[in-house]
Amino acid sequence: MSQSAQLLHEPWPDRPRETEGYVFAMWIFLATEVLFFGALMAFYTVNRWAHPAAVTQAAAHTDFWFGTINTAILLTSSLTIATADRALEHGLPRLARLALWLTLAFGLGFLVTKGFEYRKDLEDHLWPSAAFALHGAGARPFWGFYWIATAVHAVHVTIGLGLIGRLIILSQRRMLRPRQASMTVTTLYWHFVDVVWVVLYALLYLVGRP
Amino acid sequence: MNAFYLPQASTQAHAEDRIFLTLLILSGVVLLLVLALVIGFSIRYRAGSKARRGPLPAWISHEVEIGWTVATFFLFLFLFWWTISAQLRLQIPPANAFEIHVVAKQWMWKVQQPSGVREINTLHAPAGIPVKLVMTSQDVIHSFAVPAFRLKQDVLPGRYTEMTFQATQPGTYQLFCDQYCGLDHSAMIGKVVILSAADYAHWIAAQPEGDSLAAQGEAIFVSSGCGGCHGQGAAVHAPPLEGLYGSDVPLAGGGFVHADEGFLRDAILQPRKNVPAGYEPVMPSFQGVLSEDQLVPLIAYIKSLKAKP
Amino acid sequence: MRDIETPQAAPQTPEPAKPSYLADGHTVASWIFTTDHKRIAILYALSITVFFFIGGAAATLIRIQLFTPHNTFLTAGQYNRLFTLHGVVMVWFFLVPSIPTTLGNFLLPLMIGAKDVALPKINLLSWWLYLGGAALTIVCLVCGGVDTGWTFYTPYSTLYSNSCVLAAAAGVFVVGFSSILTGVNFIATTHMLRAPGMTWFRLPLFVWAIYATSIVMVLATPVLAMSLLLVMVERVFSIPVFDPRFGGDPLLFQHLFWFYSHPAVYIMVLPAMGVISEVIASEARRRVFGYQAMVYAMVSIAIIGFMVWGHHMFVSGQSPFASVVFSFLSFIVAVPSAIKVFNWTATLYRGQIRFAAPMLYALGFLGLFTVGGLTGLFLAVVPIDVAVHDTYFIVAHFHYIMVGGTVSAFFAGLHYWWPKITGRLYSEWWAKFAAISMFLGFNFTFFPQFILGYLGMPRRYHQYPDQFQIWNVLSSSGAVVLAVAYLLPLAYLTWSLFAGRRANANPWDATGLEWTTASPPPRANFETRPRVTSAPYDYHDPDVGPTQPNQPPRQTQAAE
Repeated sequence: MSQSAQLLHEPWPDRPRETEGYVFAMWIFLATEVLFFGALMAFYTVNRWAHPAAVTQAAAHTDFWFGTINTAILLTSSLTIATADRALEHGLPRLARLALWLTLAFGLGFLVTKGFEYRKDLEDHLWPSAAFALHGAGARPFWGFYWIATAVHAVHVTIGLGLIGRLIILSQRRMLRPRQASMTVTTLYWHFVDVVWVVLYALLYLVGRP
Repeated sequence: MNAFYLPQASTQAHAEDRIFLTLLILSGVVLLLVLALVIGFSIRYRAGSKARRGPLPAWISHEVEIGWTVATFFLFLFLFWWTISAQLRLQIPPANAFEIHVVAKQWMWKVQQPSGVREINTLHAPAGIPVKLVMTSQDVIHSFAVPAFRLKQDVLPGRYTEMTFQATQPGTYQLFCDQYCGLDHSAMIGKVVILSAADYAHWIAAQPEGDSLAAQGEAIFVSSGCGGCHGQGAAVHAPPLEGLYGSDVPLAGGGFVHADEGFLRDAILQPRKNVPAGYEPVMPSFQGVLSEDQLVPLIAYIKSLKAKP
Repeated sequence: MRDIETPQAAPQTPEPAKPSYLADGHTVASWIFTTDHKRIAILYALSITVFFFIGGAAATLIRIQLFTPHNTFLTAGQYNRLFTLHGVVMVWFFLVPSIPTTLGNFLLPLMIGAKDVALPKINLLSWWLYLGGAALTIVCLVCGGVDTGWTFYTPYSTLYSNSCVLAAAAGVFVVGFSSILTGVNFIATTHMLRAPGMTWFRLPLFVWAIYATSIVMVLATPVLAMSLLLVMVERVFSIPVFDPRFGGDPLLFQHLFWFYSHPAVYIMVLPAMGVISEVIASEARRRVFGYQAMVYAMVSIAIIGFMVWGHHMFVSGQSPFASVVFSFLSFIVAVPSAIKVFNWTATLYRGQIRFAAPMLYALGFLGLFTVGGLTGLFLAVVPIDVAVHDTYFIVAHFHYIMVGGTVSAFFAGLHYWWPKITGRLYSEWWAKFAAISMFLGFNFTFFPQFILGYLGMPRRYHQYPDQFQIWNVLSSSGAVVLAVAYLLPLAYLTWSLFAGRRANANPWDATGLEWTTASPPPRANFETRPRVTSAPYDYHDPDVGPTQPNQPPRQTQAAE
């Protein structure tokens, strides 16, 4: 009791309320994120509406296997972080730590795979500037969307990895307790990053394929 | 042009001014009412005045609040209905309006009359008949604004926008660029010269002899090699252009598209955007090959090709 | 007398046992790394004051240039950079943060009986992000400024402008995140930290206003951030997003931009409405007329405000059918604003009205906001908008809303809560003088611009045809009065910090939790956690009118 009172931060009357507050704030922040990516989706939608054929053709040049492998990696990482959250709640800190390490590894794996994919895309002249490989109005904006959306998403993944790294450090120092707000908040954020990827996967990798 | 008066030189100006004046009177009444109440209450109920306070009278209650909300709502609804129906009436483009092309660039207005006459920063047009401006920009967004007509329309790169006016009295009116377009935005001004139909015909006749817009377009059609595929007896299977303008073109992907100026423009610059049914997408893009100034006569030429009986 | 909202019935002691938040640490670090919402409010107040005068200086140069039609005082390039600077600075570095981050930060926890905002560290981060954005804007200035207009329209901003677009857009991008985090923080605070008994319908209208504003901030600002990111990407990497040559759509930028920037008008004006509700109720000594209607009006403004952006694009080439819908919705969003004006007016009825400085500013707001709102109706009408779009009519209209409305309300609030924030009283005479000069100077400056706009003078013109001169001379002359009026508070409020008489806890005899604690409040805001037992604005028994208030309104420091 005295310990939890000690850990209570300034404006909060009690700890459950504090946790609830942080989680609530994260939900609000995710609403912001939805609109942030929403504006990007508006760009995609307008381009595809104006140039349906060109976009379908351009989308056929994305690398299906890199995209699919990355989707699998990220979905699995959502499973591991959910495991970490539950494990912590049920008083299994070692399992939680293991699951966090796994999530970190999957996240890094995602970024590395993405890097290889970027290299291949550049070799194929899919950077939409002077030496762009595809023709037709709408192809460049599509690939513009590809680079912008995946880069912005990768920044989100990196931030998520930072948050997970922080949780691992807390857990090594045995400062991660059940019903810890930072655990739930990080889990929410990571799931969101995952959901965004699933949408991007459909828009980028599945559109140009029968 | 003086500091206190703006001429009403188009049918649109008359319609707009009627609405403006009505709204001005209405908002003047509302403003005076609010000010009278605020000032009246401020004097009557200043602290320590002898006015009776007590509870609010019984008739001031929830109902009053609902009452003025509903009243405001219906007033606004009426204003919306009245003004938008006026607008929609003005917006219906009259059939066979007199067509003039405008190409904007930083920082000038280039005008191409249907007779082929070119002007810079000046637009001559006849009074009394609807005139349709078909406009595009070579660089950034501009806005073609004629205060005396109470009209303006943004002019965008990469597409045509239209503005229709019917001038009511001959005269010279100011033309402004109203959309900020860079360094010399404020110098992108010109004039619109409205002439009576007879004077306009005289003015055209007095210009140096030249080809009409469509004839200029035909020359571009030939020099750009369009006829190699679209001409008669061409080896390539390309859609015929006669009677194309104004028709509904079936698309390879299904559906139809109405062949207006924007369609012709896209078909030349982005041939893969709308591929007609029954044809291969083999046409090269003329993006960067033809300038906006060349597109205008070329499209005028294609429009002039009537279907063979 | 009435309104005992703390469990202890005793009125507050003038000297609190704990030091005030101002005395709680005197080092620079104790300020710039503080997590105290009150100190952060002060940090913001100082920052936005700097930007207010930077933006004001730009406006002054603009008005000097426009004094004569073919003036060469400024070159076209300088003029374009100055009006862009004026817009960017005034919108994003002054108006958007003005009331929420200063008065909102200071008062939100006090008004709901909390010790601080929900996320104090994030609150500090918001201010640092604001500084980051400010630094980028300064970089932009040093690099020679930006000339796109505050609207950053493509393709001019992405392909044609030869100015420092990148730093300016990045500055606004960063300050956008400051705005978002502030919004998240305020929403969480309002939901989670209300004192016992502070139900939703007991919240003061200022809290409702800040809450509605925060929702708009959280949902609109990310769209601005993304649209500016796209501008930056297209400009730096030549990736076509808005470039029509490769199939991009320049109008998409306008849609995204106005999807933020129209709600942003409500980010600026909703907090102003909150301030005015507080001041008018306190000065008229009456309950706010139609409290619930006021709440619903604010929330519906926040929601409908998201659906009217297309009225900025009636002449842009968007579909005429879209214009019909947006015109309709623009009329609808005007209804709740009209209701609020009626309710403020009705609040005066049967009051005991005092005319202290905050009330003069508030009455000024009422008049100017009404004019701004009514001319807004003109612009919702498609044929009128087609005629006056991008002319000085628009300039006058939005200055009536944002300067006549928001800035007047900001000053009303600043004067009203100044004794609470600083513990000092300012010179009432000078404050009244400034309020009246501001009102007159404002009308003198901006009313001629309505006429200019109707006559067709386009905005953003460096030089203009001769026939517009007389109205420009009037406007520029008015600007002199306005500039002096804005400098006055800087002088007398600063003076009051050192030589003003000390204020007691409740100099206006007002209701509301913020007046139940010391002036200035202690670090933890309240000695004990307040408990709320009554509705707000409990100025009088509903069955009896208000009794005569203490005159003069502000009691000086009660004797020890």
